[in-house]
Amino acid sequence: MTDQSGTGDPKREMQDFEKVLDQSATEVASFDDHDTSLVGRIHHILHANPTWVPVIVLLISIAVFGTIANNFFTPFNISLIIQQVTIIGILGVAQTLIILTAGIDLSVAAIMVFCSVIMGKLAVNFGVPTPVAIMAGFAVGAICGAINGFLVTRFRLPPFIVTLGTWSIFFALNLWYSESQSIRSQDIDAAAPMLKWFGERVDLFGFIFTTGSFLMLFLFALFWYLLNWTPWGRHVYAVGDDAEAAGLSGIRVNRVLASVYVVGGFLCALGAWVAIGRVGSVSPQSFQEGNLDSITAVVIGGCSLFGGRGSIIGTLIGALIVGVFRSGLNLTGVEVLWQEFAVGLLIIIAVAIDQWLRKVSA
Amino acid sequence: MTEAIKPVLQANRLVKRYGRVTAMDHADFELYPGEILAVIGDNGAGKSTMVKSLCGAVVPDEGEILLDGQPVHFTTPIDARDKGIEIVYQNLALSPALSIADNLFLGRELYRGGVLGKAFNMLDKRRMKAFAREKLTELGLLTIQNIDQLVETLSGGQRQGVAVARAAAFATKFVIMDEPTAALGVKESRRVLELIKDVQARGMPIVLISHNMPHVFEVADRIHIHRLGRRHAVVRSDDISMSDAVAIMTGALEPPEEVARPAGATLH
Repeated sequence: MTDQSGTGDPKREMQDFEKVLDQSATEVASFDDHDTSLVGRIHHILHANPTWVPVIVLLISIAVFGTIANNFFTPFNISLIIQQVTIIGILGVAQTLIILTAGIDLSVAAIMVFCSVIMGKLAVNFGVPTPVAIMAGFAVGAICGAINGFLVTRFRLPPFIVTLGTWSIFFALNLWYSESQSIRSQDIDAAAPMLKWFGERVDLFGFIFTTGSFLMLFLFALFWYLLNWTPWGRHVYAVGDDAEAAGLSGIRVNRVLASVYVVGGFLCALGAWVAIGRVGSVSPQSFQEGNLDSITAVVIGGCSLFGGRGSIIGTLIGALIVGVFRSGLNLTGVEVLWQEFAVGLLIIIAVAIDQWLRKVSA
Repeated sequence: MTEAIKPVLQANRLVKRYGRVTAMDHADFELYPGEILAVIGDNGAGKSTMVKSLCGAVVPDEGEILLDGQPVHFTTPIDARDKGIEIVYQNLALSPALSIADNLFLGRELYRGGVLGKAFNMLDKRRMKAFAREKLTELGLLTIQNIDQLVETLSGGQRQGVAVARAAAFATKFVIMDEPTAALGVKESRRVLELIKDVQARGMPIVLISHNMPHVFEVADRIHIHRLGRRHAVVRSDDISMSDAVAIMTGALEPPEEVARPAGATLH
């Protein structure tokens, strides 16, 4: 070999061209903040703490609507916002789990309505003991989620397509089982008042909460804990971030994915119980907008639709932002159609900010 | 020496067929304690099939694998990992959105003691961070200041360092490294080569898969040359020139008859 004619043994040593490395700069990389402009600094801070974005948006929107709508800060209005946010918040917990795995679930509200019909019909029309009817609803929710999870993991179908399909399927099953009939509030009161547990009012410091809002807050706290402090939560993030890398690291990717859909389905069933209390009656036609509203809350809350990034607390804030916007615009006399317009803008701005923050140049 | 040196891992006559293609045709393999064994071969020679069958990513159709003399049957990389075999994948298998500490413990998290760990599956973040910091310091990688730093904020070489540290921290038998310098610049390659030597110096045998002959010749003790689905030759890197190794690998030169083994080595 020609290069062996040089001095000494060329093996065991660095290459000639590498010898100069000794004199090269020793720092690995310099991370000095060359961009010290105000925007640059804000970018840097928010990049490090992405959850602050929805918090800031929420605070600004509260401040703005508190100023221009004079009865915004009344206990009645605050209570109303929280009650309105309850259902979307619970669906948002389910949606967050699924979006964190780089999936999406278009069927959450369809599962929820289907479960509420099952609980209502079994308890009111068929005289099944209420706890059993509720358990049946939970089981159906978990099974619906398992069907989604099965299709996503076994057949490797995109979650968007799977849940687009099951959205229609669950909705059709719901119409078939309910025979498109609503269950009246009086009938529920007479036969199964337990179904309305989560609509019970709780007066606290002049505010009127429902037990359902407390359940929502509990679920956010619970899933915050699960996502941040248990291996399952870390695995949810890892699978959404890079499923292949997660698999090579020894995570059972399909098991994590399936678990997320099953838990999501169960949460929808829990949402169904809360919804009966909130609405008072059971209607197979209700909450049609719930699928997309839950996605809105998650996206405004700063979760990336590409998976692996975001926080569950962001979703709570996201849901509150939508609630505050709707209520504030309502109080200032803005028509419903412009409220929709504003929420649409909010989504696009949220995603644009998210993309801006993700630039690693920060 | 009173006792013969026996292979950490010995594979005998492994066969793997994909339809009509025989990717592995009675391939043999031995890795001895404390050595760096490079595996080289042309594209399509079947070296990756062989290495994958050693770590459970491929299940061979025939043949046996002995780990410390005991027959093992891996069906997933997790089986191999449970036996103390760690792999540094070419794509590193790190999760960019998670922290360094989270990545180190991905899939083998530590739990808190007592009720918090048992009933609530609570992670022991403090212990995991301390362990991660200790391992990175041992390998001289603590130019990474913050163990909570997200992996996506690290440079390519630093990520490679984290992946190597993870493997070195948890391996009890040996580490497989797949093209660890392929994606790196000159300076970062150098750091990784030093890292590989550090890991070896701590007594850990390493299987190094690489196409980079200078890197192979620099760090490897022995070179396993794979050709046409089987072990074509094993040479000591000190006994052969790079051009001869390449000639053997491509079939231009007849391989030496004898398989090079460390002094005093035998088979199981």
